[in-house]
Amino acid sequence: MTPSVDQPLVTGDAPKPQKGRIGRRQTTVRQPRQSISLFEPKILGRAVVDSFKKLDPRLQARNPVMFVVEVGSVVTSIEFLRSLVDSSISADRGFILTVTLWLWFTVIFANFAEAMAEGRGKAQADTLRKARTDTLAKRLPAGTTTYQVGMAAESVAAPQLRKGDLVLVEAGDAIPSDGEIIAGVASVDESAITGESAPVIRESGGDRSAVTGGTKVLSDWIIVRITADPGSTFLDRMIALVEGANRQKTPNEIALNILLAVLTIIFLLAVVTLEPFAIYSGNPVSITALVALLVCLIPTTIGGLLSSIGIAGMDRMVQRNVLATSGRAVEAAGDVDVLLLDKTGTITLGNRMASEFIPVGGASAADLAQAAMLSSIPDETPEGRSIVVLARDTYKVSEVGNDVQTGAMTFIPFSATTRMSGVDVGANGHAPREIRKGAADAVITWARERQAATPADLQPAVERIARAGGTPLVVAESDGDAAPRILGVIYLKDIVKQGMRERFDQLRKMGIRTVMITGDNPLTAKAIADEAGVDDFLAQATPETKMKLIREQQAGGRLVAMTGDGTNDAPALAQADVGVAMNTGTQAAKEAGNMVDLDSNPTKLIEIVEVGKQLLITRGALTTFSIANDVAKYFAIIPAVFVATFPQLQTLNVMGLATPHSAILSAVIFNALIIIALIPLALRGVKYRAVGAGRLLRDNLLLYGVGGIILPFAGIKAIDLILAALHLS
Amino acid sequence: MTFTFNGLAQIAVYFGLIVLLTKPVGLYLNAVFEKKNTWFERVLHPVERGFYWVSGVKEDEQQDWKAYTVAMLIFSVAGLLLLYAIERMQGVLPANPQNFAGLDPALAWNTAVSFTTNTNWQNYGGETTMSYLTQMLGLAFHNFTSAAVGIVLAVAVIRGFVRRSGKSLGNFWVDLTRCILYILLPICVVYALFLVWQGVPQTFNGYTPVTSLEGFKQTLALGPVASQEAIKMLGTNGGGFFNANSAHPFENPTPFTNLIEMLSIFTFGAGLLYFFGKVAGNLKIGWSLFGAVSFLFLAGAVITLGAEQQGNPLLATVHATNAPLVQIDQGYHEYALAQPGGNMEGKETRFGIASSTLFATITTDASCGAINSWHDSFTPIGGMIPMLNIALGEIVFGGVGSGHYGLLMFAILSVFIAGLMVGRTPEYLGKKIEQQEVKMASIALLILPLSILCFSAFAVVYSHGVSQIANPGPHGLSEILYLYTSSTGNNGSAFGGIAANTPFYNWTGAFAMLVGRFGFVIPIMALGGALAGKRIAPVGPGTLPTSGGLFAALVVGVILIVGALTFFPAYALGPIVEHLLMLSGKSF
Amino acid sequence: MTTTTTTPTTEAATEALPQRTILQLVGRFVRPAIGLTILFTILLGIFYPLAITGLAQAFFPSQANGSLVYKNGQPIASAIIGQDWTQPQYFHGRPSATTYAADSSGGSNLGPTNSALLTEVQKNTDLVRKENPDVPDTTPIPVDMVTSSASGIDPDISVAAAYYQIARVAKARSLTQDQVRALIDSHIQGRFLGIFGEPRLNVLALNQALDKAQGK
Repeated sequence: MTPSVDQPLVTGDAPKPQKGRIGRRQTTVRQPRQSISLFEPKILGRAVVDSFKKLDPRLQARNPVMFVVEVGSVVTSIEFLRSLVDSSISADRGFILTVTLWLWFTVIFANFAEAMAEGRGKAQADTLRKARTDTLAKRLPAGTTTYQVGMAAESVAAPQLRKGDLVLVEAGDAIPSDGEIIAGVASVDESAITGESAPVIRESGGDRSAVTGGTKVLSDWIIVRITADPGSTFLDRMIALVEGANRQKTPNEIALNILLAVLTIIFLLAVVTLEPFAIYSGNPVSITALVALLVCLIPTTIGGLLSSIGIAGMDRMVQRNVLATSGRAVEAAGDVDVLLLDKTGTITLGNRMASEFIPVGGASAADLAQAAMLSSIPDETPEGRSIVVLARDTYKVSEVGNDVQTGAMTFIPFSATTRMSGVDVGANGHAPREIRKGAADAVITWARERQAATPADLQPAVERIARAGGTPLVVAESDGDAAPRILGVIYLKDIVKQGMRERFDQLRKMGIRTVMITGDNPLTAKAIADEAGVDDFLAQATPETKMKLIREQQAGGRLVAMTGDGTNDAPALAQADVGVAMNTGTQAAKEAGNMVDLDSNPTKLIEIVEVGKQLLITRGALTTFSIANDVAKYFAIIPAVFVATFPQLQTLNVMGLATPHSAILSAVIFNALIIIALIPLALRGVKYRAVGAGRLLRDNLLLYGVGGIILPFAGIKAIDLILAALHLS
Repeated sequence: MTFTFNGLAQIAVYFGLIVLLTKPVGLYLNAVFEKKNTWFERVLHPVERGFYWVSGVKEDEQQDWKAYTVAMLIFSVAGLLLLYAIERMQGVLPANPQNFAGLDPALAWNTAVSFTTNTNWQNYGGETTMSYLTQMLGLAFHNFTSAAVGIVLAVAVIRGFVRRSGKSLGNFWVDLTRCILYILLPICVVYALFLVWQGVPQTFNGYTPVTSLEGFKQTLALGPVASQEAIKMLGTNGGGFFNANSAHPFENPTPFTNLIEMLSIFTFGAGLLYFFGKVAGNLKIGWSLFGAVSFLFLAGAVITLGAEQQGNPLLATVHATNAPLVQIDQGYHEYALAQPGGNMEGKETRFGIASSTLFATITTDASCGAINSWHDSFTPIGGMIPMLNIALGEIVFGGVGSGHYGLLMFAILSVFIAGLMVGRTPEYLGKKIEQQEVKMASIALLILPLSILCFSAFAVVYSHGVSQIANPGPHGLSEILYLYTSSTGNNGSAFGGIAANTPFYNWTGAFAMLVGRFGFVIPIMALGGALAGKRIAPVGPGTLPTSGGLFAALVVGVILIVGALTFFPAYALGPIVEHLLMLSGKSF
Repeated sequence: MTTTTTTPTTEAATEALPQRTILQLVGRFVRPAIGLTILFTILLGIFYPLAITGLAQAFFPSQANGSLVYKNGQPIASAIIGQDWTQPQYFHGRPSATTYAADSSGGSNLGPTNSALLTEVQKNTDLVRKENPDVPDTTPIPVDMVTSSASGIDPDISVAAAYYQIARVAKARSLTQDQVRALIDSHIQGRFLGIFGEPRLNVLALNQALDKAQGK
């Protein structure tokens, strides 16, 4: 017997309650999460206020680059005050004041960038907060597991609930806190969390037992065991995350911060030691000019925007309805090498469709279609429905035209033991007509027991379907009057989602391998893998083999991302570098993963990777740009500060800046304005294109590296021209 | 800038020879350090085993980066103290035909540090200060060992970069011993004999007085020069037997020896790059870095050549000519290229402009520091390029090791800065560049500007510091900058006019040398150690390409913008302004 | 000490720097350091130079002892070390910052914008003009004749510098200028491989040749 016949009737994944499947399918429609425009006035206003609050040196000290700028601003401010009384520098008073103001602007602009990014998060958080109602909960005595109408419940405020408390939630009640259903079944409106209006079914036991505080029971009742203390509920954590409270710097961000700090120290050395060199040369440099040079040289652009980039990255995840438990996870998403994708629901549509009836052993197609239809009329599974549809639409079998009294039909449901389903049609005292459809070997055995011959053309038909990635369902009947016979095979086809091949091609270009995970046998799995265009597949997957695959990939130095929802996915989710739990999944799965997809859409993994990459690219691009900017700034400031001592240094003034003061000022102004100019880029992120790393590096290096060298020459010159035109220097 | 065809041809042919030598040298290094059979195994293996037996070295013991570094440090301290003792006591030790006295503590310390750190800065005149015993026992020993230490450190760091498992970087004692026995010593024997053949003395006789045909009396300083000279160049030490170093006809008698000396400076650096690619399993990795440094080398060599060939316009006022072509008088026939022209102050006739500027570029590209012309007398731009070469960390081919791991530091920084732009945590050789790596590379990056700028800034405003300057004006600033650049970079070449044999310069210079060597090596070793334990991710289309022209250009860009621009403000007041002043006819 | 013996290629024996006793640390680090220092000092500081000296003296005794040139059994020079020539009948070498002291080599180290350099070059120029009165003042002086060499004992002059001195030498020796020029041309040392270094004349060799040509 070939492996292809060993198939379970339903999808290869471990059998799951049907409600779960329905719940998952509903996720295709959702309201997009409220998208906040980049410069919404409310956020803007709050950000302006915050950017002044952030001048507090204790806050600035966390960012070494901007801290140096602030200290520099203080120094020049003092210098300005001194110029009011000290006649030796009073002539430069106007210049010192202008530089001082622009230095302060530099700090404020950087603060503003951060406040903007945080503001967007805060706006998201405000929306979520509305869901956190302080309703009264009906607390039940410990040990209650059964429901009686009007049962005694103590009324307590939701924040007073503790882990382990039992509460009753009835239709119309808000669920007071996170918990697990221990009894009952209810339809729940989770739109407050997911933005999705269709209700989902939640019931005790199995994979759909988790409920989230802030959601609402629409019908029926449930008894919930609370699993979170106040302040640590899912909603609380979500609010904290989008708000950016207690934001931890991510590993890559820390590394970049170290580099920026060291560069700052190096430029500090270069500038501080310049004074002795200038004294040796006969003419000390003014403190204002030194501070201006320092601020222009240190990487203020990236220093000022670094934290906004990180916050904005988290924010972009939230916009896609994905909650990452840490920035580290978002970064890791950019590094992912291997995506483990569940076949069902991710690569293929969740269900298989009957696409063909193949009669065998001389049976007619009509006989087969009719028998198949009969056996499927009571079958509510999508597969069953599709058989009916196929028989009716393509084979023109009429549902009502049959001389069948549907009332006399007995439906034999599918079971894992028999691996068949079917109907028994009682026909007026005759022996009932029995129709069975199911896995080939099971039906063949059933037919043999009734002395039915196995037609020679059955096996080839079954194998052909299996090889093509389909599921063969063999149909047999045993009519009380006629000899039992095998009628033929139904070709259940896995439908690969549209556009998946292109998606996987893109991923391959990005250097990411896709591995399809399926419970199907290898032959079927291979066929679907080929059709979908994934790089590899894991057939007959079990939680253990899945785990083993992840470990193997990781041992080879690869980072693995996967999605999962069931409790048995939890270990693999925890092992994977990026584990995305479906919001519809169990509490265990959500705890194990480092991201939760509120849409419960397994295809989201691809977007998650893109967001991660975008975050890193934005950081790299702005760092490169910031460092490349220095070239022009040197050429603006160095001649300006020394031209008085050595007029010959005018040769280095390649931009032809009007005066030493205008040169210094132009550089400082450019340096401040570029931060503002780049805020949208920092918040939106550099556009990610799915091309190979070589091309990406070349293009970005040209744009942000070479562009970063050239742009400031033009920018500083332009500002200098404006200053000269306005007679400001 | 003025160029002669021959000048450019010298650079091109020299570079071509280096390209040819790279692979065989790299393969030989691979054989020695990966313990493959070498040509000398049969003869030298018993010696090697004997050394281990006497010293209690366990050949198979593997050291992690800390153990490796500690071993290196203790070995360096032992050698440092030994040399210091020999220098101080040379007056009472044998092999001292000129009866030189022991050195004073500051000079002895400076010199001991100088040779231990492979700097070979010379605050002394070799033929007027050091006895034969000191030259041999003290200096020659360090010429070998400090070079070997540099090479094995580079090898250890490379191992960290490429190892697929474990944290060990090898065994310092074994690497050191093999490096000396199988690489340096055999080559030096042949090299030294070649030098003798060309005219370099090798004798234990005392200095020889001669009386010229005109009756001019002269004392010829002699000694075991050739044996010293070979390792001085091969080990990129640069500490000459004589004060004039490789300008001295007894150290570098002919253009032929000059070529070989120049080749021997780059050979191991270039070979190490090949070795790197070889052990990384991807030769392109090594060749890409080779390409990056080749660009820096060629650019530097050409600029220096152009500046020196252009000459000093101020000399036009005294009616000397810089023109490379000169027609003597009506009655005399023309001899093409009858004189080198250009800035010949402080250069030897047999080397002219091209062989002098090429040597100056090479000796500072790598950590050699030998000179065949006085950099102090170069034109401002001609002198700035060697100084900048050192300030970048002597990464151009890198000499024996030290510059090589400086180059790896820049590679790491380039990968980190630009690598993010492909949307992944950057990887080099499949290993992720994360916090620890960036931290260590950044500390290393900090060392050079920290030491160079701070010491120089102090010296230029300290009355004693300024009083030792030989050339006034911006050139004096250059002299001080060059001094601390050369000390920190462990180069050893100098703007030699500065009278640096004073306690202030001896002590601060020694400190700069120590910081430059160990302050740099320790974070780099930590970097190698951190990388050693990392998993290697397979290379795919999403991985940052770390070979090829684009990457080489990126590395060059980072070197110039992150490394070189730091010194731009200081250079603006030194060589750059001096150049502009010179053009405008100003002298000091 | 738990030194695992494995083949060098396996990493199993990796050991962190441990908290071991002082004695073990001495065994691991100090003893090898001192041992190898002593062994290498003997090998590199004594055996190596002695061996090279032996070989050099055997194969290249002249060069190994300084390429001495003898006249009448007396050493008059090293063939490759420059000497101070002042008499008109001899070709003169380059200016020397050390007046050709062969036991204290060095250059002037004068920087390009140092007025002392200009003074020095002016002084050298004046001397050259004075020594060569027959060369018209309009003739540019080859730059190597007025700038000091790197070693202070540069044995060579450029071809142009030799030509510049023809008139004086010929006059002092009562030779024709063509005779002197022919001598110069026959003594030019070219570039190595035609590429490296510069064409030049060894002053001592040239002067000896002059003497020899006149039978001195």
